[in-house]
Parts: sequence; C-alpha cells; structure tokens
Amino acid sequence: MIPFDFEYYRPQSITNAADIFQTLEESGKNPVFYAGGTEIISMARMSSITTGAVIDVKEIPELKAMEFNGDDLVIGAGVTLTQIHEANLFPLLAQACARVADHTIQNKITLGGNLCGTIIYREAVLPLLLTNAYLVIASVKNARRVPINEVFSKRMQLNRGELLVQVHIPRNYVSCPYVHVKRTKEDKIHYPLLTVCALLTDNQVRAAFSGLVNFPFRSVEMEEALNDINLTLEQRVEQALNKLPAAVPDNLEGSAGYRTFILKHLLTSIVNELETGNVTNS
Amino acid sequence: MLQILNESLIELHINGEIRKALARPSDTLLFFLRERLGLTGAKPGCENGDCGACTVLVDGWPVKSCLMLAAEAIGHEVTTIEGLDKVPIQQAFVDKFAFQCGYCTPGFIMNCQGLINIHPDASDEVIHEWLQSNICRCTSYQEIMEAIRSVLPSQ
Ligand SMILES: Cc1cc2nc3c(=O)[nH]c(=O)nc-3n(C[C@H](O)[C@H](O)[C@H](O)COP(=O)(O)OP(=O)(O)OC[C@H]3O[C@@H](n4cnc5c(N)ncnc54)[C@H](O)[C@@H]3O)c2cc1C
Ligand code: FES
Ligand code: FES
Repeated sequence: MIPFDFEYYRPQSITNAADIFQTLEESGKNPVFYAGGTEIISMARMSSITTGAVIDVKEIPELKAMEFNGDDLVIGAGVTLTQIHEANLFPLLAQACARVADHTIQNKITLGGNLCGTIIYREAVLPLLLTNAYLVIASVKNARRVPINEVFSKRMQLNRGELLVQVHIPRNYVSCPYVHVKRTKEDKIHYPLLTVCALLTDNQVRAAFSGLVNFPFRSVEMEEALNDINLTLEQRVEQALNKLPAAVPDNLEGSAGYRTFILKHLLTSIVNELETGNVTNS
Repeated sequence: MLQILNESLIELHINGEIRKALARPSDTLLFFLRERLGLTGAKPGCENGDCGACTVLVDGWPVKSCLMLAAEAIGHEVTTIEGLDKVPIQQAFVDKFAFQCGYCTPGFIMNCQGLINIHPDASDEVIHEWLQSNICRCTSYQEIMEAIRSVLPSQ
C-alpha cells in the first residue's frame, strides 16, 4: 500500500501532458510522469519518492507507436518491453527487453521507463547506444530530436518537465549480426552481474555494457582497441579492459575480479563470434 | 483527460461485470480488489513485483496487481481468479497435485491462463520464461509444469 495520496491524470496528447505538468509544478504538486509505474509504485510504497500527482502518459498515441517510418524504426516511450519482444522488429533490442526483470513485469515496464528510471541498469538502452538512435523529447517549450549520446550520459539527462516521446533507430542497424549476453549472480531473473550487447557493422564490433560499472555505457575507446586488427584477439581484449570508463565495483553481487574475469571471457567469445559469423546468442 | 484528484467512486470492468467502489488515486489494483471489492483471490506476497502471488489478467495479459494502480485499470478488462469458471488449468492443478499450501496458486493459474490464451503453441522454453515470474515456496514447480503441459494443445 502506498502510504501517501497523490492525484492521477491521464492526458490524451503530448501538449496536454506537458501543460498539465507545468500547471501542477507551478502549484507545488511535484508531479512525475508515470508510464509502467513499476518503479514509481515500488519506491512510493517505501516512501523513497513522494509526489503530489502522477501523469500517466502511456496511452498517448505517439508514445504507443511501433513501426518502420522512412529510414527509422520508431518505438514510442510507452511501448512495453513485452510488446517490443513480441514484435521482434529489432532482434537485439527484443532480446535485451526479454531479459529485464521477469516476463510478467515486462508486460508493464515501458521502454521510456527503463531509460528514464533511477535503477542503474537500464539494460534496454544498450542496443540504442550501439545504433546511434535518436530520441524525441517534448516539453511545454518545444519538441526536439537529439542523438542519444547527447542526452544519455550514465543516465538520461532530461530537464524537469521534459517527456521522452519516442526512440528512432536507424533502419540499417536492425538486421546487423549481434550478440546479447546477460550474466546474473544466481537465478536467471535478476539484476545483471554483467550484460553485454554487441553488434557488427562495417566489419567493426560495437559493444555496450550494463552492470559492469555503476552506469550503462558504450565506449569508443574500448571499441577501437577491440577492432585493432594489428593485435591478436587476446591483446585486443586486454587493451579494451584497460580502457574501462570507471572502476569496476566490489560488492555483494560480485567482486571486481570476478566481473572482470567474466568480461574478459565474454569479450573474447563475442568478438570471435561476430568476426567469424558464428553467432550463438545466450 | 481522465483525472482523479482524491478518494472517489471509480468504475472498473472486472470478470465481465462493471464494479464500482471508492478508491484513492494511489491505491494499487491489488488493494482495490481485496479491500474495496472483497475479491481476495489475488494474494499479497512481496508487494514488490517479485513473487507473482498477486497476478491478474489485464486485457488478457498477466500483470502483477501490486505494481498497478486501480486508476490505471479504468477502461481495461481485468480478470481475477474469481472470474475463471472451471477452466481446464484449474482442474489440471488438482489432477497434477500442483500445490501444497496453495498461497501462490491463484497467481500461477492466472499466469498460466494468460499463456494458454496468448500462446497456445508455447514451447517448454516459453513456458519456463513465463512461469519464472512466480515463486512457489512449497516448490511445486515440477507439478505446475506438468499441469500446464497437460492443457496446452502444443504439448
Ligand atoms: C521487480 C523489478 C525488476 C527489475 N529488473 C530490472 C532488470 O533486470 N534490468 C533493468 O534494466 N531494469 C530492471 N528494473 C528497473 C526497471 O526497468 C525500471 O524501474 C523502469 O523505470 C520501470 O519502467 P516503468 O515504465 O515501470 O517506469 P515508471 O515507474 O513509470 O517510471 C520510472 C521513472 O521514469 C520516469 N519516466 C517514465 N517514462 C517517462 C517518459 N516517457 N519520459 C520521461 N520520464 C519518464 C518516471 O517519471 C519515473 O521517474 C526492474 C524493476 C522492477 C520493479
Ligand atoms: S505481491 Fe505482487 S509480486 Fe509479490
Ligand atoms: S503451494 Fe505453497 S507457495 Fe506454492
């Protein structure tokens, strides 16, 4: 049971959602956009967040879109992880979504909620980082379409009142050879000890990670090392490991040494699989 | 725009009927079903999305009702275990001894029923993937697998 009261709004358009956010903000209600609600309810129940109003955005038509449009695959921020998995329009993203939380919760978690949430893993962002996706973001002031790398740095860098509307994924990436691997401490259903998404484009391997450090990331420096054909595969992986963007944490989920050990072996097999065309996803 | 500002009478489609009761906008669907409507089939376990004891169907899909607001269900079809009338999976749970204390059973049955409706062709891999959303402290997992296998046309 949630131990405090808030108001519930279900706007039918982006303008409506942005306007009501501003009105509620000005009246001191500290509103939040509400999508699947799984994180908001879990945290509200523990009083880890409080709010005077939730704005349920997932039924706004633009946030429910999922289709190819011109050169892009367009996915609305309110589309659930199950819908992405079942439609399978971008297999790497579909697979990443199918390993977040458990199947029943995937029926509720939205793509936008996974990207904008506070839980550090945000596994659905990995395929988007690899494909140079664009994000459509709206507020009362304007709507903008920006490359993901400009707004996602460790987490979504949204201004207050900004609504993530859609993700646009360049069509040419959706059929690239890919590998998705999620390793957990114990059960299959768990936060990641380490999740790696990788794809091959123009004979170059791209890779993004969750669970390795305290934020999901893609590193161009690591990719340069992995793609340096003047070195042996073992040397390439060693070089990449030297270019991690932050220290690997030591915690109850796994020691830094264990995480690095797994990473080393996964990178070796992933690069080998992608380069030889012998891809087996797990 | 639908808006609910404080405790008010809300109308939900539940088990083929229109049910009206008072709800706070911050009431979860689980709380609303049990405390406002007396539909106690959906069970509170972890209330954190982990155990699946509270699973109901919303528009045919399994949802953990502890992670949904009652207000969110307005305009959608909710089915609880009380809404299943001797469907084959219920008898299969009896025939295969797929429970001991029975606390997790309504949640498991709702998840199974969702799977039967949506993917009657489910493979063992898909069954596992769906059922991993529910926990049985009495460890009836093997019997639950046998129960669902016995009613899926594909098996
Ligand atoms: C039981 C459980 C297990 C989980 N396991 C995993 C896991 O294995 N891997 C993983 O990566 N994550 C996992 N998560 C985290 C989950 O993906 C996030 O909590 C996510 O935020 C939930 O999405 P939602 O749609 O329910 O978000 P909500 O609860 O609706 O919102 C979460 C946050 O995002 C904001 N928000 C939502 N949509 C938008 C939007 N369109 N524009 C702007 N802001 C928005 C909200 O204001 C809020 O701050 C798990 C969560 C739970 C509850
Ligand atoms: S009570 Fe809802 S998942 Fe445990
Ligand atoms: S039968 Fe007791 S918890 Fe499942």
